[in-house]
Amino acid sequence: MPHDHHDHGHDHGHDHLSPSGHPFRADNDAPLTYWQTMEIAVRELLIEKGVTTAAEVQAQIEAMDARSPANGAAVVARAWTDPAFKARLLADASPAVREMGFDIGPLKLVAVENTDTVHNVIVCTLCSCYPRNLLGLPPDWYKTREYRSRTVKEPRKVLAEFGVDLPDSVTVRVHDSTADMRYLVVPARPAGTEGMDEAALAALVTRDSMIGTGLPRRPA
Amino acid sequence: MGGQDAGPVPPGEHDFALWEKRVDALVMVAQAHGLMTVDGLRRVLEDMGEQAFETMSYYERWVASLNENLIEAGAYSIEELGRKMAEVQERGDTYAAAARADGGADG
Repeated sequence: MPHDHHDHGHDHGHDHLSPSGHPFRADNDAPLTYWQTMEIAVRELLIEKGVTTAAEVQAQIEAMDARSPANGAAVVARAWTDPAFKARLLADASPAVREMGFDIGPLKLVAVENTDTVHNVIVCTLCSCYPRNLLGLPPDWYKTREYRSRTVKEPRKVLAEFGVDLPDSVTVRVHDSTADMRYLVVPARPAGTEGMDEAALAALVTRDSMIGTGLPRRPA
Repeated sequence: MGGQDAGPVPPGEHDFALWEKRVDALVMVAQAHGLMTVDGLRRVLEDMGEQAFETMSYYERWVASLNENLIEAGAYSIEELGRKMAEVQERGDTYAAAARADGGADG
């Protein structure tokens, strides 16, 4: 699933975008930095000491690259179509997503449901805790001091910056993640999706809708 | 940090560079081998103070914390790190050149 794009009115200059639509970041051809030097040194020391192997590090990277918001979207689509699954998911999300085959490790996963009257949004004020097993690595903005500072203080203003304008009649619940407890927002199923199958529904579920900073796509 | 005032949330995103993915992977590997915990990662990040958020990128902070935790765990000494970093710098001026240890095993 492609990443979500926020139209904040910024000109990103779409000259050099990667296949996922983001600018490439200078990598191998830029001058070596101190911290890159440290990464190489740490990795080689751990390999020389027999703590790890190059293959283990590479396998970890590949496992991480394989995780994407499509995993979370499949969970949400199942919840939209299978009331018994949804009940299990909201009661205890960890075993519910494991039954779909997703490895979430020892984490306590909590699924929170958006309705006509409640909108949930997740943040990690301490660092960058995120349901990475279901959504992949967190987006840059999730890790910024601006998002982490303000989401717990003025969530409606933050959500408005993401284009989510909520009426006062909707209660906003902010969930602060921890190292051991991660949240997944189950967005409300959009109107006009009656009769759509799970796969078609999953395509409507954006990454940001599962963080709470977005809403699902409307059916075409 | 939570609850403080701050400006608008910057909307940018980027694809992670190889060295950043490796830092992330090494943090996971170090945890898997019992050399550090998420709490240890966070402790060092918080000890860095707020100015680190202005001057260092996310994975720069992570690699600094990873290194601190590994030295504390006795995985290697600070002298070994210093020697290794000097050796890495000798290899070349770019990440690609410096990461290519003996025989070009780098991906």
